[in-house]
Amino acid sequence: MDLTESYREELRLIRKPWTGTGIGLIVVALLVIPWLRMDFLVYMATVVFIYSIGVQGQNILIGYTGQISFGQAGFLAIGAYTFGHASALGIPLPLGLLAAGILAAIFGAIVGFPSLRLKGPYLAIATMGFGIAIYQILLNSEVISGGRMGLVVKKLPALFGLTQQVTFYYFTLLLALIFTLVSFNTISSYAGRAFVAIRDNDIAAEAMGVNLARYKLLSFAMSSFYMGMQGALYSLLIGFLEPNLFTFMESVTVFVAVIIGGLASIGGSIMGAAFVILVPQLFGGMKELVPVIFGITILIILIFEPHGIAGRWLKIRLYFRNWPFR
Amino acid sequence: MRQFMQYVISGLATGSIYALVALGLALIYRSTRILNFAHGDMATAGTFVSFTLLGMNLAPIISFPLAILSGSALAMLFYFAILVPAQRRNATALGQIILTVGLGLILQGLISYFWGSDTKTLTFPLSDSKLWRFQGLVISELGLGTFVIGLLGSGLLYLLVQKTRLGIAMRATSENLPAAQTLGIPTRRILALAWGLAAGLGVMGGLFLAPALLLDPFFMLEPFLKGFAGAILGGLQSLPGAILGGLILGVAESLAGGYISIAFKNTLAFLIIIVILLVRHEGLLGEEFKERV
Repeated sequence: MDLTESYREELRLIRKPWTGTGIGLIVVALLVIPWLRMDFLVYMATVVFIYSIGVQGQNILIGYTGQISFGQAGFLAIGAYTFGHASALGIPLPLGLLAAGILAAIFGAIVGFPSLRLKGPYLAIATMGFGIAIYQILLNSEVISGGRMGLVVKKLPALFGLTQQVTFYYFTLLLALIFTLVSFNTISSYAGRAFVAIRDNDIAAEAMGVNLARYKLLSFAMSSFYMGMQGALYSLLIGFLEPNLFTFMESVTVFVAVIIGGLASIGGSIMGAAFVILVPQLFGGMKELVPVIFGITILIILIFEPHGIAGRWLKIRLYFRNWPFR
Repeated sequence: MRQFMQYVISGLATGSIYALVALGLALIYRSTRILNFAHGDMATAGTFVSFTLLGMNLAPIISFPLAILSGSALAMLFYFAILVPAQRRNATALGQIILTVGLGLILQGLISYFWGSDTKTLTFPLSDSKLWRFQGLVISELGLGTFVIGLLGSGLLYLLVQKTRLGIAMRATSENLPAAQTLGIPTRRILALAWGLAAGLGVMGGLFLAPALLLDPFFMLEPFLKGFAGAILGGLQSLPGAILGGLILGVAESLAGGYISIAFKNTLAFLIIIVILLVRHEGLLGEEFKERV
């Protein structure tokens, strides 16, 4: 699409001035949202930010590295409970967040080990088994889950004269922006190209000198770090943890977000996260129909637009770039 | 020892349900290379149909076959209406698996919309509390019935696959699709039939499970995962492996529940999945599959 002449240009994230203006406008708009004084809007945007982190991570794993995983709920739970216990022990918040991410990443690397031998459907089952095993361990161990009372997590205090909700909104916005930047940079680095090579053909990638074991595990660890971070932030948002927050349905929601947003697209991941959070709100009265909508959207997307919302968006942009000549 | 035998017997009864589910999964996997994530939801849909039919005072002998047929019809519809168009557009293997996830979500949502997500009891001709004893061992009427139906279902499937012309066509299709097409086998219809049979087996498992558990939109999720574990244990490619895997899993679970702890019982299946996949991922009876670039 674009002509790049040097590696430095290839690494640049923003290649055209109007792309930069567009992104700047979006960020400014997000910064202004709390001033509209619509609490519900602020809350929904916060949830979208939190989810967009995890969905990006899973897109690195599923979309870029091509390793299908259904264990998201497990990593989410590990992150959330690590953070919950850390904050109960009085560990400062940044350290707690980091611990949540790192512990999830360690488990991610452990779960990633089967991926060195397993492919496609087999890996899906192994990771699904992991996710459900974590849920059942939580159900059965009161030490971790806090028993019937659940685990109460102290929320973020109100800072700088803002309300608690707005403080948390800016906090999650900042983290989401950082993680988005990290994902974009990872994808355009050596690691990102190694991921894509593994997805396209792992044997050929190995022959080209990609260290399969290292990059598959890196991909798993990274996606789990994102997932753990999402769990920690989610526990900060609702301030209360119970095992039923981490059922298989939670894995499916994140997975659906990745597919709907578009495989192998960071921008798509954010749109996918927004989709799975906002669309159920439109059907507030009929909670049962939410899975139906997700399912139908998956069918439509996989049959008609395999690249998801991001792919459709790209097509629209290309159409208008050449307008009226097509 | 008697205690041990008792655990084995009750394990075989649950194991035969896992075997029915595992058979369906293996049947679909080996003919179309798709892991059917909607298997549990198809079985749930069929079981709910029988719930409605029984509520209309139809005799079980009529309503159960109707339920099984409706489950099969659903699976074939999915094959023709969704999978075939997707394959025409060159959907990847991963994409087709995700399509089944989508179908599972749709069915799950529709079931809880139409039948409500509260629990129901299925009136069943065999009772859970009537016990049969011989030589000090106890088995409930339902457990015995389940075991018999499991054997019957897998036996009939064996005869169908191994002894009939249709079975030969099915085996040919799963062995080599282009060659089967060249020989004039109607592969689409054969594959649709495999989907239908698999869903029918799943509904059968669901019907016999529903009286033991309570009927709600998610009641097949756990047996479906256990069936998965059984299929993997036996080797996803192999039909006898699926039966063996399901039975072994049932017995192992019952023993683990009896001797270690009830809480451990449910986690065992997933431990088995992970260990088997790490140690010998083609399963007990499966053949190793080698891939070339």
